[in-house]
Amino acid sequence: MGLQFYVQNALGGLAYGSLLFLIASGLTLIFGLMRIINLAQTAFYLLGAYVGLTLVAHGTNFWLASVAGGAVTMVLGLAVYSAFLHRYHADHLTSLLLTLGFALILDDGVLAVWGGDPRSIAPPPGLAGSIHIGTLVFPEYWLAVIAISFTIAAVLFFALQRTMLGVMIRASVDDEEMARGLGVDVNRAFFVVFAAGAFIAGLGGLLGGPITSAYPGLDGEITPLAFAVVIVGGMGSLTGALVGSLLIGLVNAFGKAMFPELSYFTIFVPVALIMAFRPQGLFGRKL
Amino acid sequence: MSVGRRWIVAAAAGFVVALLLPRLGVPTFYVSLLTQTWIFAIVAMSLDLLVGFTGLVNFSQAALFGVGAYAVAIGATRFHVTAFVPVMALGIVCAMVTAAIFGLVALRSEGVGFIIITIALNEIVWGLAYQWVSVSGGDNGITGIVRPHVGPFDVSENTGYYYVCLLSFAICLVLLLVLVRSPFGLVLKGVRETPRRMRALGYNVWLYRYLAMTISGGFAGVAGVLFAWYNQFVGPVALSLDQSTQILIIVILGGIGTLYGQVFGALVVVFLSNELSAVTQRWEMVLGVIYFAVVMYAPGGLVVLVPRLWNRLLGRRTPVTAEES
Repeated sequence: MGLQFYVQNALGGLAYGSLLFLIASGLTLIFGLMRIINLAQTAFYLLGAYVGLTLVAHGTNFWLASVAGGAVTMVLGLAVYSAFLHRYHADHLTSLLLTLGFALILDDGVLAVWGGDPRSIAPPPGLAGSIHIGTLVFPEYWLAVIAISFTIAAVLFFALQRTMLGVMIRASVDDEEMARGLGVDVNRAFFVVFAAGAFIAGLGGLLGGPITSAYPGLDGEITPLAFAVVIVGGMGSLTGALVGSLLIGLVNAFGKAMFPELSYFTIFVPVALIMAFRPQGLFGRKL
Repeated sequence: MSVGRRWIVAAAAGFVVALLLPRLGVPTFYVSLLTQTWIFAIVAMSLDLLVGFTGLVNFSQAALFGVGAYAVAIGATRFHVTAFVPVMALGIVCAMVTAAIFGLVALRSEGVGFIIITIALNEIVWGLAYQWVSVSGGDNGITGIVRPHVGPFDVSENTGYYYVCLLSFAICLVLLLVLVRSPFGLVLKGVRETPRRMRALGYNVWLYRYLAMTISGGFAGVAGVLFAWYNQFVGPVALSLDQSTQILIIVILGGIGTLYGQVFGALVVVFLSNELSAVTQRWEMVLGVIYFAVVMYAPGGLVVLVPRLWNRLLGRRTPVTAEES
């Protein structure tokens, strides 16, 4: 195993990890704020991918199509949130089962509309090539995905730390009752966070498409990784989601390369280690 | 008649009816569905021991069920272990060992953290079954599992196998009822209600939860073994997260903390999913809608819902029980 092996897998892992961040950031924020374990989060990703690839097939610009995928997902997610979920945010078992029911409906809907054949998605024109440095090869699109995800992460951090809305969201996470007492519109914070989580996951669908492609069952394959990210990073922590995503992305990439049949088991190792030594996760607080 | 005795009579009558069913001219298809019902009732009861009696919502029950099923398949196809007792023992031990490992990891956390970790654990085991093609057969699963002889009886036929599952269910139900009524079971209930007070009383809360998880894993393993023989096939679907949820839906539908109620939950879910998949291609979608309906309108399960509807039908008002208020 030469340098090429390590560099290639590290880059692949980082690219995949940054896609994971697009899913896990919503998962962890929605959980941190509302105590809702949103099992539909990976189905959001899948829906975004299919909506996006259909638009691209009809001649829409790749980037515009990803945003549209995110928007469609967001609207659908918010509809379910407003109609059902918002009533159960304190009851994590009920809300969890509702999101799972929703995921089943979404999955089956996707299958009904787009059929069961896997769809490969081409990278947008201009990013289809690779960069050669010596003997090392870097697909341009992987680098682009990493850059986009880090930009989104930066926007999220900025929004949470530096805007009034972010202050309200953080206050609601820390002490919902007190925040309400001080006149913070906690329900609006919930709504915004759920919307953002659904949008980013849906947006990620087409962005990740050239790496993961799209097929029914893809969401089920990502779910274990997304949950591992949240456990390792700490439930409710955005920093944790970023660090956890990159870590799990790397572990997954090297696991797949070195033990192709046991790659899911390699995810178990960081999860078990975290639970043994730091049950609240790297950046989480005690629940 | 005292309430206790009435229950015993009802249970005995139910058991006799269940014994006679295949002899009453019930079509084979329905006998087969009832067989499935007993199997899912066992795994649902194993989960109820955790959800209803220990206060642990375990989303990795399908993984334990699946480990039992894969133990049968791998034992039969690779090591030619096919006799009833050794295979059953193998399935139970494998599921219990897995549960014991899960317990070490998941019980570091409580409440909603426990849920998230068990979801991840279930998915990791699913991933193993899905990807470890050389052992598990991957997505294609493992075929060629043959139903064993039980003592002198050949149960390879559907009716015979129905009795195996019915008797296994009855034995599991009795064992679990004895367990939850024992001093050990009372401690579990204490742990469910107020872990902090139990700690103050000197009980090792962690240990009781850990033991409950391991024991529950054993029962899930029994169901998994029966399931593998029933289908004569095992695939990764058997231990998917959807399967875990379905088991939990059975528990909720049957009535959390009732054990016996799981029969009704399993009956509804097994018949509904089979009938639905016969009628429509979109039955998963319908199943999702059913999840919505169950958690929103029947959180107390059929054992609460049915008497209430019945009373309303008769124009009576139901007193609100202490549990609901």
